[in-house]
Amino acid sequence: MASYNLKVNGKKVSIEADSDTPLLWVLRDELNLVGTKYGCGIGQCGSCTVHVDGVATRSCLLPASGLEGSEITTIEGLAKDKLHPVQHAWKALDVPQCGYCQAGQIMTATSFLKQNPNPNNEEIRNAMHGNLCRCASYNRIEKAVALAAKKMS
Amino acid sequence: MENKNKITFSRRNFIRTSALASGGLLIGFNFFNSCKEAAVPPVDVSKLNFNDFNAFIKIADNGYVTIFSPNPEIGQGVKTSMPMLIAEELDVPWEHVSVEQGALDTENFQRQVAGGSQSIRFGWDALRQTGATAKQMLVNAAAAKWGVDASSCTASDGIIKNSNGDQLSYGDVVNEAATLEVPEDVTLKLPKDYKIIGKDAINVDIDDIITGKPLFGLDYKTDGMLYASVLRPPAFGQILESYDASEAKALSGVIDVIVIGEKARNYLNQEKFDPSAHWSVRLSESDKVVVIGKTTWDVIKGKKAIKAIWKNKSLTESTELHDKKLNDLLNGKEFDTRRSDGNVKKAFANADKVIERVYESPFLPHNCMEPMNFYADVKNEKVHLVGPIQTPEAAAKVVASLLNRNIEDVHVDMTRMGGGFGRRLYGDFVYEAAEISDKIKQPVKLVSTREDDMALGVYRPAIKYKIAAAIKDNKISGYHLKEAAINSNMYGLIPHFFPAGAIENYQVDTANYQSNITTGAWRAPYTNFLAFAEQSFIDELADELNIDPVQLRLDLLKEVKDGEDPNIQYSAKRMSDTIKLAAEKGNWRKTSDNVFQGFAAYYSHNTHVAEVVDITMKNGQPSIDKVTVAVDCGIVVNPTGAKNQIEGGVIDGIGHAMYGDFSFENGQPQDVNFNTYRLIRMKETPIVETHFVKNELSPTGLGEPGLPPAGGALANAIKAATGEVLTKQPFITSLKNLQTDLKV
Ligand code: FES
Ligand code: FES
Repeated sequence: MASYNLKVNGKKVSIEADSDTPLLWVLRDELNLVGTKYGCGIGQCGSCTVHVDGVATRSCLLPASGLEGSEITTIEGLAKDKLHPVQHAWKALDVPQCGYCQAGQIMTATSFLKQNPNPNNEEIRNAMHGNLCRCASYNRIEKAVALAAKKMS
Repeated sequence: MENKNKITFSRRNFIRTSALASGGLLIGFNFFNSCKEAAVPPVDVSKLNFNDFNAFIKIADNGYVTIFSPNPEIGQGVKTSMPMLIAEELDVPWEHVSVEQGALDTENFQRQVAGGSQSIRFGWDALRQTGATAKQMLVNAAAAKWGVDASSCTASDGIIKNSNGDQLSYGDVVNEAATLEVPEDVTLKLPKDYKIIGKDAINVDIDDIITGKPLFGLDYKTDGMLYASVLRPPAFGQILESYDASEAKALSGVIDVIVIGEKARNYLNQEKFDPSAHWSVRLSESDKVVVIGKTTWDVIKGKKAIKAIWKNKSLTESTELHDKKLNDLLNGKEFDTRRSDGNVKKAFANADKVIERVYESPFLPHNCMEPMNFYADVKNEKVHLVGPIQTPEAAAKVVASLLNRNIEDVHVDMTRMGGGFGRRLYGDFVYEAAEISDKIKQPVKLVSTREDDMALGVYRPAIKYKIAAAIKDNKISGYHLKEAAINSNMYGLIPHFFPAGAIENYQVDTANYQSNITTGAWRAPYTNFLAFAEQSFIDELADELNIDPVQLRLDLLKEVKDGEDPNIQYSAKRMSDTIKLAAEKGNWRKTSDNVFQGFAAYYSHNTHVAEVVDITMKNGQPSIDKVTVAVDCGIVVNPTGAKNQIEGGVIDGIGHAMYGDFSFENGQPQDVNFNTYRLIRMKETPIVETHFVKNELSPTGLGEPGLPPAGGALANAIKAATGEVLTKQPFITSLKNLQTDLKV
């Protein structure tokens, strides 16, 4: 057990954890940020996606100990005063079913749109391919990413 | 099924009111049972008691309405669509309505939950009736205030008016209404007057979901709660022999390592055990090693450090064995006949031609995105259980029995569920959590990794169908369906689903092999594969008879007289209309040359669905581009939610037909995570376009019926494109072979 200083959603936090503890479990169990979800633990489903220095990253495989000095953003920190345009699009198109995968989907989408603000459908499909949705809300996710891109441009 | 606007309910029996101490009216209702004589709603909303009532409606003195429901959401949208029914008849603007899940720590309640696809069907009359009764009470209160006759008053959008031009808002009369008798006679609206039903209403939990609020079982925490991870036998048929926990115990985050299983075994061995009700307790046959720790990661690591030795107790089965057993059953003579019309034997003996196919499907895990988990706090006085479970009452009963407690002392609270698909009907993980907390005397959260979740399944069983048809004078004169399945067979009225009733000589036979691998309901049980088999077979019959496959279905339906056979629940008329709508909207056989189409239509869960799948071939493989769906689910309460369910069901059906594969070797599941177990992903998904048949019939379920036709429609499209007849799921295996064939 050692302590680490992290910066999560703009706030400095100090945590106690084994050096191999993935960021996912630090967020969920230590910091009570349970919006980031566990789905597979092996980087296959995308439920645990957060931003590390603005880039969508799977938090289930990433030891928190190596993240000192990085800016970590979770779903809880995405909306500042108001919803992010991607969240707006998710709401406008009533995307979720059970909702469990959606935080990860939204984090992937927001980071993707930062890199590619004007994607075509194929690019959207490629970008979102790594995020599983067992309820198969894929059609709406695809439309919501396109809608958010339109709104943001 | 007719939509009546006058129903005889005894309102007094199912609705009770109280005046809230803080002002406003609280209405409690219970439409599963009538309310107990003494039951009255509390005067404080923090004290809602879901023992006597299913749900509460609060009308505040500003006219805003809050609906408190104890039922959480599983992903099917009923938490949004059911309050819409109340709001419609109460006649308040939807924007003034909010929905809250009943507080978690409520004492003394037993909840009643209708299963997914059936909720709206059962709630339809009762919820509208409740809304209408509440509205009438408000009108009566206003009329009394004005000293006019209530029949001269009208109410709409939260405002009551009388013929003198006076008006009062609902909020103005709530306190008076609380003191009045519950009216006996109310009239429901006609569908043409609906203002909320039929309009899109966004999921009521949307803001919490998209901002990551704690909603799910895995998100639930209490102070001092510990985590537990359970090491179970790796194979069905094995039990624990011995284990060494010294390395695990040496880890800093591991608090203890214990063994559970005894309580579950005692329960299994007791006389009153009913295996059909609590089937999944079988998952508790062996002792299990449980790691208790401070965090999830601590217990995941701790479990990896346990060295356990397992021994075989019963047969450890393999997919090869299942294959053989099911084939033997299909070719054998031991069947239960579940439906029999005319004389199938004679029809086959006199046939000009007989066509026969065998269809095969594997086991499937549910793979809810949120793995199984549960919180348990077993105290001397009471037991508190919290988490995602669809059958809280059954779970409470088993836990009471397991721990030798009174059922009144066991409280189950439900959280939102990260998917269900049938898995959360079974409470094995609840019983384990209870046994763990009982042993360590501390509140604990049982967590599963994906590996645990996939390997502790209550799987869809492997099934094979053999279907034979007799052709005589270019007509189908006989039809014989045989089902061989693991553990159990098609239930209820499934043997009477289409094409039952359409063919003179018709027989359905079933047989099963008893395995020690736990099986259970999986989204659209049985029909999820049966529909594929039948709809593919019908397509081949159409080829054989040289008739368009859509036309063949319509011709068959002409043979069915609605209402003649009480076992036949589908309506030939509604099914025909649904088929025609799908064919029209899907441009059936009118698309460009490179698009290949497949058709399927199926009735399940009281809903009629028809689907057209469009594919194009890319590098010898099908690209599934589009699915056009027609649905007759009666009145569509919430179109956006309804379409979401259909889109999900169709893509789920396509995904599992294409990729779903799950095998056993020596009792051990061969896939335990998404690196090898393939689920459909974004790039593989078709665009789903949904059209509803317009009518004014009572609404029916949507969570499941979109799925069954999808696999068949896809197989038929692939047949149209390649000539290849797919009879075995997952298709991807056959398609890989197909590609090799093409190369050769
Ligand atoms: S939990 Fe991290 S990718 Fe699945
Ligand atoms: S909405 Fe349920 S897993 Fe995506």
